[in-house]
Amino acid sequence: MNIYVLVKRTFDTEEKIVVSGGKIQEDGAEFIINPYDEYAIEEAIQVRDAQGGEVTVLTLGGEDAEKQLRTALAMGADKAVLINIEDDVEELDQFTAAQIISEYLKDKNPDLILAGNVAIDGGSGQVGPRVAELLGINYVTTITNLEIDGTTVSIKRDVEGDTEVLETSLPLLVTAQQGLNEPRYPSLPGIMKAKKKPLEEVELDDLDIDEDDVEAKTETLEIYLPPKKEAGKVLEGELADQVKELVQLLHSEAKVV
Amino acid sequence: MSKKVLVLAEAREGALRNVSYEAIAAGKQISNGGEVVSVLLGDTVQGLTAELGKYGADRVITVEHPHLKQYTSDGYGQALLAVIEQENPQAIVFGHTALGKDISPKIASKLQIGLVSDVTAIEGEGDAAVYIRPIYSGKAFEKVKVKDGIEFVTIRPNNIAPLAKDDSKSADVSALSVDITNLRTIIKEVVRKSSEGVDLSEAKVVIAGGRGVKSEEGFAPLKELADVLGGAVGASRGACDADYCDYSLQIGQTGKVVTPDLYIAAGISGAIQHLAGMSNSKIIVAINKDPEANIFKVADYGIVGDLFEVIPLLTEEFKQLKVNA
Repeated sequence: MNIYVLVKRTFDTEEKIVVSGGKIQEDGAEFIINPYDEYAIEEAIQVRDAQGGEVTVLTLGGEDAEKQLRTALAMGADKAVLINIEDDVEELDQFTAAQIISEYLKDKNPDLILAGNVAIDGGSGQVGPRVAELLGINYVTTITNLEIDGTTVSIKRDVEGDTEVLETSLPLLVTAQQGLNEPRYPSLPGIMKAKKKPLEEVELDDLDIDEDDVEAKTETLEIYLPPKKEAGKVLEGELADQVKELVQLLHSEAKVV
Repeated sequence: MSKKVLVLAEAREGALRNVSYEAIAAGKQISNGGEVVSVLLGDTVQGLTAELGKYGADRVITVEHPHLKQYTSDGYGQALLAVIEQENPQAIVFGHTALGKDISPKIASKLQIGLVSDVTAIEGEGDAAVYIRPIYSGKAFEKVKVKDGIEFVTIRPNNIAPLAKDDSKSADVSALSVDITNLRTIIKEVVRKSSEGVDLSEAKVVIAGGRGVKSEEGFAPLKELADVLGGAVGASRGACDADYCDYSLQIGQTGKVVTPDLYIAAGISGAIQHLAGMSNSKIIVAINKDPEANIFKVADYGIVGDLFEVIPLLTEEFKQLKVNA
């Protein structure tokens, strides 16, 4: 089976966000594989181990993203592709990303593409389904279980807390929701092997893409931090009185109940 | 310039979801005096159209088809593209719900347009509209504008207030017939797990438990309080990782991001990842045994104490409040 995983390099969830000059400060920040993409990588490896085939992890970004690709290779992916847009794309939105990724994938005949259901930085959840649509294949988002039998695919997906059980077929793109699996940590031998695994780097020229054709449709005007929340009131006294006071405050002062 | 805005109405178990009305309000603002057309899809939805007019829709278009009884991206995609082709709107608003999140990228990709997802506020009107959305799960915000083409946005439930209901208003209703074919996904079954139909991301009140809840059974008092307040139960990653509850309840940077009117955090320490998922709630109440817990730093009101003592007392007190009201 020819399996692709779309991954994104993101800020570590531990990181505090610092904005200066209208931009997120990246200096000194730790970067990780987007946590939802880790589920996608793990699932891809499990599917390959059960069905045979090859797992290729693909990302869009700059040289820095090689580190995350190597981590995915160390987890067990077979090959990696970096579409390096550092020099070519100034402004990137989900339209741009999906157009470029699908252009790369269009002649690769993937049977299965996996991605995280959302990236924890931009948080749009668009790129996976957009890529599927551009490739003309079906997609299922926020999956929590995947079973493949021949070309028949049985899936469970999370729909706002409910579980939807459905059936579809390959070729298919799925996006991973938490609970799909337990992503493995790269093992030491895995890390050693990863260094020798192929990591291909391509640029827009290699894909015959003109920057103007993938120009972002949306524009970020400003990035800012939410107003800092003042620490509130910690109640005192007998517990029963505190509870009474709290209910009164919520009812009369905050007016939320 | 005024715009024609297409807004998606969503029904769940035979009733319109609140986000349908919020989308109309967002549509009004973007339309700048233009027309707001509400679209309602399903197998039988005619009975629901009147409400949409009362909440401000100028027109309602229904597409009814047996294949639209359950959501599939193919079925809804075909129906919505047919409506868009007929109406030629300058802007489109969907809710950022499970359905909206799933279908909107498909439509945007098909139309080769931008899409601003998960909008929590809109500044300005018409061509000057600027969309505000959280990034890094609410650790920061960005202001986005659409450079050209159709303005397509999804709005996060519970953030944009619906217009006041006006019973004297009504919308013109028309039906569009669409041939829905070639569904590539078959829905076999939907297993309902969410509490009494109150969805976490849309709930006005969320009672969330952390490691301090200690066990699966420990969620029972939280559930009871949620029921009294008509809210939903959520959890921290710690509680989910410890198997006290299902991952579908998880709130945080991985997990759901919620913005209810009232968020009660019980036995949650307040890791930065959890705060990202709830710190934009209107009022936050923290209940924790540890007075040093991080959660108190973002809480409007705090009680230092054992949640198993505090929560039942709270439940009783709220019951009293309801009786007296």
